Amino acid sequence: MTVKQYKQILSKPLLEENPITLQILGICSALAVTSNLSVTLVMCVALTSVVSFSNLFISIIRNYIPSSVRIIVQMTIIASLVIVVDELLKAYDYETSKKLSVFVGLIITNCIVMGRAEAFAMKEKPFVSFLDGLGNGLGYSIILIAVAFVRELFGAGTLMGYEILPLVSNGGWYPANNLLLLPPSSFILIGLMIWGIRAYKKDQIEPNEYKLSRHATAPDLSKRELNV
Amino acid sequence: MNDSVIKTLAVSFLVCLFCSLVVSYAAVSLRDMQNLNKLNDQRIKILKTAAIYSPDESIESQFARLTPKFVNFSTGDLLDEYGDYNINTYDPVYFSKQPDHSSPIPASEDIAIVKNKENIGKIYLLTDSSQNLEKVILPIRGYGLWGTLFGYIAIDKDLNTIRGLEFYAHKETPGLGAEVDNPKWKSLWDGKSIYKDGEVEIEVIKGKVDPSNQMASYQVDGLSGATLTSRGVTNMLIFWFGKSGYKETLKNINYDS
Repeated sequence: MTVKQYKQILSKPLLEENPITLQILGICSALAVTSNLSVTLVMCVALTSVVSFSNLFISIIRNYIPSSVRIIVQMTIIASLVIVVDELLKAYDYETSKKLSVFVGLIITNCIVMGRAEAFAMKEKPFVSFLDGLGNGLGYSIILIAVAFVRELFGAGTLMGYEILPLVSNGGWYPANNLLLLPPSSFILIGLMIWGIRAYKKDQIEPNEYKLSRHATAPDLSKRELNV
Repeated sequence: MNDSVIKTLAVSFLVCLFCSLVVSYAAVSLRDMQNLNKLNDQRIKILKTAAIYSPDESIESQFARLTPKFVNFSTGDLLDEYGDYNINTYDPVYFSKQPDHSSPIPASEDIAIVKNKENIGKIYLLTDSSQNLEKVILPIRGYGLWGTLFGYIAIDKDLNTIRGLEFYAHKETPGLGAEVDNPKWKSLWDGKSIYKDGEVEIEVIKGKVDPSNQMASYQVDGLSGATLTSRGVTNMLIFWFGKSGYKETLKNINYDS
């Protein structure tokens, strides 16, 4: 493989094949941990390291994994990595680990990690698998950081805990948008991002899987189709 | 070849063995640091409640200014010793869940939905350099909207004036109930009084406190959009400063000093 191909593996998941906006994976944690930018950064580092190293280790033993138990072997490796990351956080960044609570543990069930292991690391060599994991982790991080930036800035008037927009409740001028502090606001933000990216990259638009049937549309009352 | 039974078992066994070694090594080697973090986290909250926390000094030396005491809730006595338990590591919240060390609170008295109360609690006394009492720091807890709020309250040596309130764990809504962590709201508590003629009168009211009201020193501004959390805080104060809480204990502190 050439250096160019390596670069492509690393950069493709950032925008073109972003795990969140194209594959709509990893939404759970994108909703849960993005109300505060510093917490989000720690989560991004945690997920990126888990997905990179799980890809690496699974790829190293890929030729020895019996296909009948491959999913559970992948899960064992992923879960071990997640526990190690969780323990490290509790030891070195207790404050953030308290805020992240169960969501570090839930990296185990993050579809991105499992998806990359099954779709990429089971077939490719260790180093490219590691790069693929790193790229996908960074792709996830870009979206999360963008969401957290908007949510913390306009929801709490701060960034990384520093006051940017002084809130009315603290004697400033900015009335906080409390909706942005609640998880559903991430749905709206991620939806807007997907819209933006697909308007720019038209090839990401999926063809309609079905057509609305005629009777599902509103009746044309001028033609007296209904006896009202 | 990969799918033979022997190979499947062997690979599974080796993967499990290796992973379990890595996980147990991480857990054991980091345990001391994690426990220290947990302890320090609590200590910082207690120091903040007492308003003597400074991030530059070591937590140990700052915490040495506080004297922990056991509290017997049924008699109100302050104790220096309780069984074989080490007062520095005794955790009242843990013991409130042990049937041998706690008693259920009758539903009629349990306005803060504490459910089980430990028989022996733990409080902290803050003294100045010549051993005169400055503040008393009491752990409190009670139900808000989504779950139990855990915190500490500091009261002055007159045993009636609030000096600080901090919550270290709660599940309230961000931006609404979670504003119990807002420094501006917490600062409203300083100087408020608890008892009036022996009754707990302190209350988180709806809206803003009218300073001309004669009850103003017993009232704290409500959290807007968080009526149930505000009510939960009021209930928890009524409970913990009432007969089933620290009321008798505070009388004993009075006689001691």
